[in-house]
Amino acid sequence: MSAPRIVYNEGYLDEQTKRVVRRALLKGVAIPGFQVPFASREVPMPRGWGTGGVQVTASIIGPSDTLKVIDQGADDTTNAVSIRHFFEKVAGAASTTLTEQASIIQTRHRIPETPLREHQIMVYQVPIPEPLRFLEPRETETRRLHALEEYGLMYVKLYEDIAKYGHIAKTYDYPVLVNGRYVMAPSPIPSFDNPKMHQNAALQLFGAGREKRIYAIPPYTDVESLGFEDFPFEPQRFDRPCEICGSSGVYLDEVFIDDKGGVMFVCSDTDYCERTATAGERRQTMEKSA
Amino acid sequence: MRTLTSQNHTPGFANPVHDAQQVFRAVLEALARPGTRHSIEANLNPPEPLGASTGAVILTLCDEQTPIWLDPTLRASSAVGGWIAFHTGARIVENAGEALFVIASSPKAAPTLADLMQGTDEEPHRSATLIIDAQGSRSIGNLVASGPGISGTIGWDGVGLPIGFLPQWRENGMLFPCGVDIVLAAETTVQGLPRTTALVSADQQSHQQRSA
Repeated sequence: MSAPRIVYNEGYLDEQTKRVVRRALLKGVAIPGFQVPFASREVPMPRGWGTGGVQVTASIIGPSDTLKVIDQGADDTTNAVSIRHFFEKVAGAASTTLTEQASIIQTRHRIPETPLREHQIMVYQVPIPEPLRFLEPRETETRRLHALEEYGLMYVKLYEDIAKYGHIAKTYDYPVLVNGRYVMAPSPIPSFDNPKMHQNAALQLFGAGREKRIYAIPPYTDVESLGFEDFPFEPQRFDRPCEICGSSGVYLDEVFIDDKGGVMFVCSDTDYCERTATAGERRQTMEKSA
Repeated sequence: MRTLTSQNHTPGFANPVHDAQQVFRAVLEALARPGTRHSIEANLNPPEPLGASTGAVILTLCDEQTPIWLDPTLRASSAVGGWIAFHTGARIVENAGEALFVIASSPKAAPTLADLMQGTDEEPHRSATLIIDAQGSRSIGNLVASGPGISGTIGWDGVGLPIGFLPQWRENGMLFPCGVDIVLAAETTVQGLPRTTALVSADQQSHQQRSA
């Protein structure tokens, strides 16, 4: 057998890059919600496919970790599967689809339905870390606005939504106030998931590769979705249960099932759906046999 | 600069990738959950008087981009400076206010927090991390900690903090988002104290509750 042509460092990134990311993570944890700049490196996937999350995961993961990767709640999509395989290969880490067994969960656009525990770490892939970016395009200005805690622009935006539509029209990447100080973009998770960030037992890390920013929410930290006294934040709601497992109070995806426009609404969290459905079946067979 | 001396043959991590990862996770958890201990498994023998876990944290986080300040006890030993320079490439600075990592060999050798790099309002992350060797040190009294990373409040003995620390820490907290973060390195464990943690003495707290 011939030796591989290129031998990568364990965890893919070189140790120098890991140290840069690690130092940024520690300062991010110390200043909840503040975006720490870091020298983002190339990883073997295009920017926008989770390079920030991959760099964060690569800098924290070790052989004793169990990694779960979800993409829109699903463990079995291309991006999730390939990132999981990547870390099995380069970090020697085990992987799982079960939320409860994972020590690190890298995610794109969802927080699992199963409540997280202490000693779990959530790693979010973030496309645009700056919550004020579409209100103020200049980086120098947004930095100053954060420094001065000047978030009037954001409230004007939310107010304009109410004036135009009668309600706040943002349903994903809904801005939050972390620890009463920094307005933060929670990454494009649905506003349905926003309340899960508040006082979560797990450590939440955010990596934006293209925009070169890292930020964090320590466990048990206040995360408040912005709103007004008379128009408070309203997370999305679903008035029907999942059509596969029958769970209610979960985030649902609309799935096309035929060519005639027929749709069904099913859990976006595939792991949760699978386990609830199996448990339901088991209960039914037990009832039948009893 | 002393990059190569006869003493710096003392090895660094036996397994640089795994050891650095394990130590980093301990420090990350420590700063994310103040008041809790996290064990460091790396087996390291840095030159005296640098503590093993203090040395492990330095090897994990420092490199040529991070100026380091050493307290007079550590600076007196050429082996310590040589070892750090050899393994990390970090520059040892004379003035504590220029260092990103400030190393104190004992709680009482820790410099005043106000003299260290605090960061700026726009760049609060450019602040110093103070690493105190907490081996063999005693409690500074019963403390109650609260803030991000702590569910409600948690009791803490403050082992490794200098005497008369609370007023300094209150001032540091008022600078938020600027301010210094602290890592306490004991024999085989680390504890973290990020700038967001509020500390009060337990007696003071019970007094306040009674009067409220």
